[in-house]
Amino acid sequence: MNLAYRDIRHNLGRFLLTCVGLGLLLGVVLAMIGIYRGLVVDALTIARAPAVDLWVVEANTRGPFAEASRIPGDIREAIARIAGVSAAGSITYQTVETEHMGDKLRLYVIGYEPTRPGGPPEIIAGRGIARSHYEMIADQSTGLTLGGRIHLGRNMFTVVGLTRYQTNSGGDPAIYITLPDAQKLQFDLAPPAARVQLARGSGSASRDTVNAVVARLHPNASSDAVAETVHRWKHLTAITQEAQELILTRSLVDRARRQIGLFTSLLLTVSAVIIALIIYTMTMEKLKQIATLKLIGAPDRTIIGMIVQQALALGFIGFAIGATLIVNIKDYFPRRVVLEPDNVLVLGLIVFAVCLVSSGLGVRAALRVEPATALGG
Amino acid sequence: MAAAATNHPLVQLHRISKHFGEGETRVDALRDVSLAVYPGQVVAFLGPSGSGKTTLLNIIGCILDPSSGSMELDGERVIEDGRWLRSDLKSLRLDKIGFIFQFHNLIPFLDATDNVALVLQLAGADATTARARAVELLDYLEVGHRRGAMPAKLSGGEAQRVAIARALANRPRIILADEPTAALDSKRAGIVMDLLRKVAVERQAAIIAVTHDEKIFDRFDRIFGLRDGRLETYIDQDQRIPVA
Repeated sequence: MNLAYRDIRHNLGRFLLTCVGLGLLLGVVLAMIGIYRGLVVDALTIARAPAVDLWVVEANTRGPFAEASRIPGDIREAIARIAGVSAAGSITYQTVETEHMGDKLRLYVIGYEPTRPGGPPEIIAGRGIARSHYEMIADQSTGLTLGGRIHLGRNMFTVVGLTRYQTNSGGDPAIYITLPDAQKLQFDLAPPAARVQLARGSGSASRDTVNAVVARLHPNASSDAVAETVHRWKHLTAITQEAQELILTRSLVDRARRQIGLFTSLLLTVSAVIIALIIYTMTMEKLKQIATLKLIGAPDRTIIGMIVQQALALGFIGFAIGATLIVNIKDYFPRRVVLEPDNVLVLGLIVFAVCLVSSGLGVRAALRVEPATALGG
Repeated sequence: MAAAATNHPLVQLHRISKHFGEGETRVDALRDVSLAVYPGQVVAFLGPSGSGKTTLLNIIGCILDPSSGSMELDGERVIEDGRWLRSDLKSLRLDKIGFIFQFHNLIPFLDATDNVALVLQLAGADATTARARAVELLDYLEVGHRRGAMPAKLSGGEAQRVAIARALANRPRIILADEPTAALDSKRAGIVMDLLRKVAVERQAAIIAVTHDEKIFDRFDRIFGLRDGRLETYIDQDQRIPVA
């Protein structure tokens, strides 16, 4: 006779309500873990999108994501000719705010050369950019659709392709346009400002400036060796893909990452305390029954089994509810929530361990109760 | 009324004492209590609060250590010079003693049958056998028609009869009852006492109750009076003579 099951069945509504409460709490913990992972993944997504080995940026900067970097656009030709480099492309990054369907829309604009590295990693609908001007590929999270038109700067762009999961570390969805369009967007002044510049005699400076040149290497080429070659040009710095990812995770999103990490730890601690309290309270409510069981001769293992099984059932059902909830609503979060199976598994193991330890408190209380407590009123 | 005390006693206490605390805080709950209860007898411990009734019941029920004295249960010496001779008291209780409580203490999440079957399963019976025996006991105590009811749905008298069935499940020959009729009205109290007598006679068991319930005094074969931890008087209902 399984006493834990019988007790749960007898108080099913209350038990399930407790499980739902715990599930919501564990769902929040899972969501925080997902947000934490999403932050890191978002930070790395744009850097990984071009699938390159080397980033060439302005000397003494850690650009183009962590710091501003500006280098001449024609550097790409020089980089492409270095031994070991198979392809190179110029690239620009900027954030713009525009309007779409009456709502403000923040976009991370990536300018690239369509025949060279730097474009979107995949196109899930439509096609790539085929014309030199006013076409764009948009991340689907922008809400833009194929054929949609949107103002960027002084020009109207048409969405010809859609990609996905392309956001910057701030969560702004990315769009891809041609490098000349991006440079124009970045450097062309509005007419009044341009007139002022002309009046001051500044004229129109060359706008062939990019934020970085990305390079793919031949399979046997050493990225360190190519970087060393680039370093000989004193006005450039070369950063390997691995170093770029480190900059992003250790520098750009480090504070946010640690903030969410700490909050997640606190939330996990609170959850552990609440689980312990629930299980302890569940046991304390049954002390008279436990005393009766002891008095009629129930061995300790029967009583321990009942408490531990209920604690584990509570943890398992609560965790299942929380995980199901978050898996089903994670796509509705404004920022990306990434739930890796290993994260879910680790949290599951933590909940399992917390339930076991918490049931230990209940077991301790149960084993200390005197059978004589069952006698009398 | 009482079965003749021709057999060996089922419960025999010899100079059992129990004190709590030491020095100035010492309280003597029981002092040199000796008594014997025989098969078929229904006896009561009577006395004011603090007289030692519950302490005595707890020692006989193997849930409290005496300070000195010896005790035999069902022919087995279990306490010698204030020390238990068996280490597994739970098993001892399971084998030899059935308990009936003031408020029935049925497990609220088990139905009447399972409350009785639980004790049998704890003693090693398989589920089918345990349930069959439980149903048999419930029928014997005339509460078989409520076998599937949860304790909360049973009346006070029905719950107490289920509790008696549970106490009888392992066929113990010693039944300890703590105020078994305190929560019942006169009619139901009478029915419960009749059942206990039936059990005592038919199963040759010893029923020992702690009670304050005057309306059932005449249902006991013997009443032991306790005061300040001493066994002062007992009344033998057959002889109707208070014995000092």
